[in-house]
Amino acid sequence: MKFAVIVFPGSNCDVDMYHAMKDELGEEVEYVWHDAENLDEFDGILLPGGFSYGDYLRSGAIARFSNVMKAIMKAAEQGKPILGVCNGFQILLEAGLLPGAMRRNNSLKFICRPVELRVENNETMFTSAYEKGEIITIPIAHGEGNYYCDEETLNKLIANRQIVFRYHNENPNGSLEDIAGIINEKGNVLGMMPHPERAVDELLGSADGLKLFQSIVKYWREAHVVNA
Amino acid sequence: MYKVKVYVTLRESVLDPQGTAVKGALHSLSYHEVQDVRIGKFMELTIEKSERNIDELVREMCEKLLANTVIEDYRYEIEEVVTQ
Repeated sequence: MKFAVIVFPGSNCDVDMYHAMKDELGEEVEYVWHDAENLDEFDGILLPGGFSYGDYLRSGAIARFSNVMKAIMKAAEQGKPILGVCNGFQILLEAGLLPGAMRRNNSLKFICRPVELRVENNETMFTSAYEKGEIITIPIAHGEGNYYCDEETLNKLIANRQIVFRYHNENPNGSLEDIAGIINEKGNVLGMMPHPERAVDELLGSADGLKLFQSIVKYWREAHVVNA
Repeated sequence: MYKVKVYVTLRESVLDPQGTAVKGALHSLSYHEVQDVRIGKFMELTIEKSERNIDELVREMCEKLLANTVIEDYRYEIEEVVTQ
């Protein structure tokens, strides 16, 4: 499986993402600059964390208009797996690929530490390797992760089981309904504030993020490789 | 030429954590009269005249980029300036 790690000016988790795919999973992966026009050769798209365009105006607001976004929209339509982590999630929200928006953390502080998450939906291409209700430890690192959407959208998210991860035990940022990660209706675009790519080796404190990437690869193999 | 002032604020229904913190600070300075503080953004745009209707143009910019209408409201004032 061949992944693209999209690099915006100000991305800073691109190398972690690349490392997770290449060294931990042994999959093919390439960095793709934000002005690329075509992503046809890739099977999966990863939008890493960071501070694209300095988070000017709003997090993700300017990145959302980069050239590569048109290709990302196309990939989303084609049903390719698209994962946005942290700033990548914020970009997906700004682009309208996922519903809702991010507010400043209710503490107004930038929070950088491991948190516990509950896997709410393990019937997605991103979470099939987890147990339903599994509690995992993944680090967060953000100042704007306080998810918000209107009531109508929230009801839809709940009814369609689009809330994939919730914060467990404590809500670090004030996020609505303890939401840590959501998926689109079609089920191929996942946005999450916690960083699974920073939890792929016990040496880093947790390897709980690994199953997320393994789920994507398993999904793809089953769909595309004969005798997988 | 136009000078356009754009004000972007969080929607009434959306809790403003910055505003709440500033309100607390004002209260600790004994300004107990303060009921609420909402923090927003102010942008000043200088826009050249074109065949586009200026009102329509600014609204489009607000909707597309300057405000995120999921959580923010915007308003603007347009002033025509004569350049020498």
